[in-house]
Amino acid sequence: MIESISDVVRIPLPVGEEFFIKKHRLEAEGKAKKRICIVTGIHGDELEGQYVCYEVAHRIKLAQENLNGIVDIYPAMNPFGIDSITRGIPAFDLDMNRIFPGNSDGDMNEYLASEIIKELSDADVVLDIHASNIFLTETPQVRINEVSVSSLLPLAVKSNMDLVWIHGASTVLESTLAYSLNSKGTKTLVVEMGVGMRITEEYGEQLTEGIFSIMSELGIWTGEICRTRQPIIAQDNDGTDVCYLNAACAGVYMKERKQGSFVHKGDTIGKIISPLSGEILEIVRAPEDGLLFTVREYPVVDEGSLMGRILKQKVLSENNV
Amino acid sequence: MKISEIYSFKGLYRDDFRVTGYEFGEGEKSICIVGSLRGNEYQQMYVCSMLVKKLKKLEEAGKISKGSSIMIIPCGNPYSVNIKKRFWSIDNTDINRMFPGYGLGETTQRIADGIFNVIKEYKYGVQLASFYMPGHFVPQVRMMKTGNENIDLARKFGLPYIVLHNPRPFDTTTLNYNWQIWDTEAFSIYTSSTEKINKESAGQGVDSVLNFMAKEGILDYESSGFVASKIVESENFVTIRSNSAGFLDSIAKAGDKVIKGQVIAYISDPYTSDVLQTVKSDYDGIIVFAYDSPLAYMNTALFKIIPEKSQ
Ligand SMILES: [Zn+2]
Repeated sequence: MIESISDVVRIPLPVGEEFFIKKHRLEAEGKAKKRICIVTGIHGDELEGQYVCYEVAHRIKLAQENLNGIVDIYPAMNPFGIDSITRGIPAFDLDMNRIFPGNSDGDMNEYLASEIIKELSDADVVLDIHASNIFLTETPQVRINEVSVSSLLPLAVKSNMDLVWIHGASTVLESTLAYSLNSKGTKTLVVEMGVGMRITEEYGEQLTEGIFSIMSELGIWTGEICRTRQPIIAQDNDGTDVCYLNAACAGVYMKERKQGSFVHKGDTIGKIISPLSGEILEIVRAPEDGLLFTVREYPVVDEGSLMGRILKQKVLSENNV
Repeated sequence: MKISEIYSFKGLYRDDFRVTGYEFGEGEKSICIVGSLRGNEYQQMYVCSMLVKKLKKLEEAGKISKGSSIMIIPCGNPYSVNIKKRFWSIDNTDINRMFPGYGLGETTQRIADGIFNVIKEYKYGVQLASFYMPGHFVPQVRMMKTGNENIDLARKFGLPYIVLHNPRPFDTTTLNYNWQIWDTEAFSIYTSSTEKINKESAGQGVDSVLNFMAKEGILDYESSGFVASKIVESENFVTIRSNSAGFLDSIAKAGDKVIKGQVIAYISDPYTSDVLQTVKSDYDGIIVFAYDSPLAYMNTALFKIIPEKSQ
């Protein structure tokens, strides 16, 4: 096995420092190799992918004779963001996942985006690992834009995630890394799991097994793999598969149910309390039966803040859950 | 003048979030002007406040045409302005990426919805807009090329430039775009600054809106500062970028006429003052945007120039 750590880009910063994005390559000897790219850290406050990057490399190194291709690991696409606990790109107040495909003649960030696309576009599969945000915990899931279902769903079902959420197309999402790569024909799966600013080891293990399963599918890994779970598939193209629970008032949210719980209509999911008056402001109940796959983690809510998402029973029934 | 609450909700430990509108005249919803939607858009709010002052006097003098009503919303996001944060206080979302809004959705979707419900029926919509980079603009009206943009209407502002640009993916969620979808003739006006108040440029912004109202018969008002606009497509702008990073010393300003080869800025080493780049204009033309920050990153758009031949 050939192993290297190298720069994807390197550019000077104004004051006594250079900016760079690093990658870790693990490559089998020989030729005719397929390539998988593990990408994370586009949002600087999402850290779940950090453990996955470590764990994939660690497991490959323990059984390197089974590697039959190239695994490129990019743990920090937005290094400034990770360093400063900032979701977007600090100094520019930009969401890095809204600037793709970028522009090689554009400003620093547009240039970075275009270099990232160039770097990834000849991969056989790209996995872009996200970790929700600091507000919500997500059940491990793959999100697929309806326009790329036919190419991505066969891979998504191998990813060992609990849910595949196929959502409708939206022009705003056209500036994401995944959309840009998929529209160039580079298969890119978006994983959302866990919560911002934290690492959930169990989810990291689960996704790592999914990555080995995808690698095995592509012939990049010849070793034994675990049996992967069958995900629930939500064909939510028209946006009717999911109930959204939004706060009716500002307050402090106390969650009562964990992500991944099955809930019945009327079950209490949490409550909004007022520490100032000592009152319950709202008891948040499930509007229908289903799977609570998103829960609010960050307690302070404004009117409208999302407190959870429920995958409706009709989808569970279609999946025989 | 009528003061109304456009949208509000209760805060947890803060005063209520309130968007306030100032209405002049009565009758058909003629024109609505929106100032800051972001926490750093001071100049945009300032222009609106000057408009409120002017319109109050004009209304008292009976100068607002019968059957026309004018709405000014100086600030759609006082929560962010008061804490000096550009985007929404808790989740950093941008209200100007949430239109037309959704009343049952998340907080900034609800704010966008609350505002849009009040302002979507106006015949004309003017947003005092800002650019994401710190810098100075030549005063201009910007319009999206939707196929039915009305340039002759835009001329009625009497600003030096009318800039046409192609919609980008995120534009579908801006106020301007959604106004147009709901059949409001929408314009974005850029005055020179955002985080600093430039009174002269704000005055030009105020005049331009009053000029437009006068030409549209909404107001009986003697035009001032009216100029014949030049029409430019933003794709014809030439961008002059830094090819090094360090201190930026700009010599030229927005509005300056420059010639090819003219030195317009220097980038220097922040430790030694050695010149790293002598920035020159690639064209004869007018500077329409000049970046303003002591530091320049690599590839920063330092200047945008309209080449003479494309005017
Ligand atoms: Zn993310």
